[in-house]
Amino acid sequence: MDAVILARAQFAFTVSFHFIFPSFSIGLASYLFVLEALWLKTGRGVYANLYRYWLKIFAVVFGMGVVSGLVMSYEFGTNWSVFSAKAGPVVGPLMAYEVLTAFFLEAGFLGVMLFGIRKVGKELHFLATCMVALGTLISATWIISVNSWMQTPAGFAINAKGQFVPAGSWLPIIFNPSFPFRLVHTVIASYLTTSLAVGGVAAYHLLRDRTNLGARTMFSMAMWMAAIVAPIQILAGDAHGLNTLEHQPAKVLAMEGDFEPSPTGAPLVLFGLPDDGAARLRYAVEIPHAGSLILKHDPNAPLPGLKDFPKDRRPPSAIVFWSFRIMVGLGVAMLGLGVFSLVARARGRLYDAPWLHRAAVAMGPAGFVAVIAGWVTTEVGRQPYTVYGQLLTAQSHSPLAAPALAASLLAFAVVYFLVFGAGVLYLLRLMSRPPAPHEAEPAHTPDRAAGITPAPAVDPPLASPAA
Amino acid sequence: MDITVIWALIIAFAVFAYVVMDGFDLGIGLLFPRLAVGESRDQAMNSIAPVWDGNETWLVMGGGGLFAAFPLAYAIILPATYPLMIAMLLGLVFRGVAFEFRWRDPDHRPLWDTAFTLGSLTAALAQGITLGALLQGVKVANDAYAGGWLDWLSPFSLLTGVALTIGYALLGATWLIWKTEGETQHQARRLAVGLGVATLAALAAVSAATPLLHYDYWRRWFTPPSVFLTAQVPLLVLICGGVFFWSLRRGAERLPFLMTLALFGLGFIGLGISIFPYVVPRSVTIWDAASPPSSQIFMLAGAVIIIPLILAYTGWAYWVFRGKAGVDGHHE
Ligand code: HDD
Ligand code: HEM
Ligand code: HEM
Repeated sequence: MDAVILARAQFAFTVSFHFIFPSFSIGLASYLFVLEALWLKTGRGVYANLYRYWLKIFAVVFGMGVVSGLVMSYEFGTNWSVFSAKAGPVVGPLMAYEVLTAFFLEAGFLGVMLFGIRKVGKELHFLATCMVALGTLISATWIISVNSWMQTPAGFAINAKGQFVPAGSWLPIIFNPSFPFRLVHTVIASYLTTSLAVGGVAAYHLLRDRTNLGARTMFSMAMWMAAIVAPIQILAGDAHGLNTLEHQPAKVLAMEGDFEPSPTGAPLVLFGLPDDGAARLRYAVEIPHAGSLILKHDPNAPLPGLKDFPKDRRPPSAIVFWSFRIMVGLGVAMLGLGVFSLVARARGRLYDAPWLHRAAVAMGPAGFVAVIAGWVTTEVGRQPYTVYGQLLTAQSHSPLAAPALAASLLAFAVVYFLVFGAGVLYLLRLMSRPPAPHEAEPAHTPDRAAGITPAPAVDPPLASPAA
Repeated sequence: MDITVIWALIIAFAVFAYVVMDGFDLGIGLLFPRLAVGESRDQAMNSIAPVWDGNETWLVMGGGGLFAAFPLAYAIILPATYPLMIAMLLGLVFRGVAFEFRWRDPDHRPLWDTAFTLGSLTAALAQGITLGALLQGVKVANDAYAGGWLDWLSPFSLLTGVALTIGYALLGATWLIWKTEGETQHQARRLAVGLGVATLAALAAVSAATPLLHYDYWRRWFTPPSVFLTAQVPLLVLICGGVFFWSLRRGAERLPFLMTLALFGLGFIGLGISIFPYVVPRSVTIWDAASPPSSQIFMLAGAVIIIPLILAYTGWAYWVFRGKAGVDGHHE
């Protein structure tokens, strides 16, 4: 296998693994912020217990996010040195700002958030939670700006060394055309992913004991979130698609499986098997004109086809076509779950609807799948470029020998599956424990079920070492 | 001073901050097998659990800063040291997850403790070897790395690998003297004596071998008038070493760590003398590798405001966890 394919496989593998964790830690950090705020405001013990419950999970997720992210920040140089040398003057400063404004903030306050409540008191501890949550959002903003610039480059010039350099102001670079859409869609995706994961865990415990107060509270919170956010995400995705059609038409055509131009309006393909070699869609099941209706808001609007692009400038549509359908399919299923929960809630049966709970358990991991499918759509759809329209992937990689890359790809695969496999196992183990069941008021004895070391009995619940 | 030099200093600062702060984390990983299972290990772990993430962030800052301010250097150094970088990253993966996993899975705690040690050892060796590989020179043609994938391997780079690892272990031991008590502290003190001797020997060996690599290094260190300046470095090393052993004997708790920091600082200054103004020694200078002024200025505007803030809240986080680390853990 050639070096470029290996470098791509390795990068895709490690970044996909990485993003599983941020998509959970961004959402969980905000959820912990809400739980602690509610606890401070109402003084109800159930919030303190839920905070402690999810904090342990957060610590594991965050740790894995950090180490897998560290790998990413060096992989630009190891795998894509030509890209790094050329695009460094534009994307480097944005990533440096991410480190300065986000990573240090998260890391600086994480220790206090995880271990510090007995040392700093409630208010400062809440501040630490706020800072960590804020850090995750700032981090997302910068890195999405970088990625969006690679998708829709703007505000740059090319210097004598062939490097991308800022043409003037930094604003068009940071706020490049696809950035707002991608940021909104990705952050909402994190919230949705988290709400489904929290809802899945809550439902799992409700199926065992529907009187568990902690499980009831988090199930209700998660279902509100999913019901509100799922439709917003679909609207955001639609807007994002229109933006992509404007800037990266070949990507959208690959998502839709439109090889042939459609001068009188494109169909909406429900099913088909894209064949890139023959440039046609086999076994297509289509709704006539619906494609143009969605993309142009006019059933008869003409759309180009992939055949309008030279063969070596088309993204591989077989992957993009399916990853897009997985994401959208799951998005619709999430909307369905939200509606189901609203109906159950309206009938006063939110906690007594085993089928709703089973559905929520089944949908627990759906966010992660949708998120990865979404990124695959975005990134594979950008091919054959790393910087869209400007720098080819085939010209971006490092001068590395294939054996070195093959060996390291193997090492990454083994280590990631072992280490993060163990991590996911520990997460599932933590989640399979019910939140402390009868915790109506702040407990006066700390919850020891989850802890191994005893603590002074006078601690307020949050301060118990079980956190 | 021109802005490229300022960025070189900022990145040097980030690298130094990383080396000493993650140095003691990694050092504790190296010493783990010598600490008694149970209380001693738990204390040692608890002394770094709240701060390791912040310490490691300086590594991201160093790499990210290099990418942004000197993209050409980043694009040459990483492919040149490819296997080392991958080994370091994988080592840090094991090291990083061990903090959580050993508490989550008491049945397999020995396994995660071993992962903690091996991860730390791999990362420390890889970093030290990288240093040697840079000092001995990297083959560059047309602004890109032009060597093979094992060029970094040499007796000299292995020497720097071992030397840095020993130094990290000393940082770890002296940190434990400061942050722990009882049997753990006692054990750390015992370890620090031998490690102190080994660190000074390693420093001497690297210092003796470096000028032999290239005439340029020799010239910088040994020809007048620069020799009057450079001679101060070994002199100060001797003084710090003396104070170090004296403070250990006296039973001081903080001074051994501070003296170890001073030794690292002097070693770092020595490196600066050998390398400046190259960023890839003897082939690419900081000005060759610099990104355009517009990029460097844009970042500097943020850096001068944000870095002091970072230092302030990082200092606060250390302050919150001041005093001896207990066994009952911040965790659980
Ligand atoms: C939308 C959000 C997002 C995206 C697209 C990425 N990350 Fe990430 N990253 C985060 C959101 C995030 C985070 C939420 O800030 C993390 C996740 C968990 C964590 O600990 O912080 C993080 C951690 C994290 C860290 C460790 C920070 C630390 O030491 O505290 C590094 C170095 C990176 N990331 C680097 C990258 C790179 C180079 C990416 C691109 C290929 C990338 N991340 C994609
Ligand atoms: C975190 C979510 C992300 C995921 C899941 C993801 C996924 C992928 C995948 C699957 C590929 C391989 C595409 C292919 O080679 O066909 C890829 C390539 C790449 N991505 Fe991303 N990506 C993410 C974020 C980013 C970000 C934020 C950046 C920029 C900062 C980025 C930069 C790149 C680069 C440089 C390549 C390699 C060149 C290429 O193959 O196009 N990615 N990514
Ligand atoms: C059901 C309606 C949805 C539509 C119409 C939609 C649309 C899109 C489109 C068009 C893209 C690619 C944009 C580009 O690369 O230019 C995309 C990417 C993405 N989608 Fe979706 N999406 C939907 C649901 C979801 C859901 C439910 C999730 C996750 C919970 C999700 C997560 C993502 C992510 C993480 C990306 C990659 C980042 C980005 O480019 O924004 N999407 N989506």
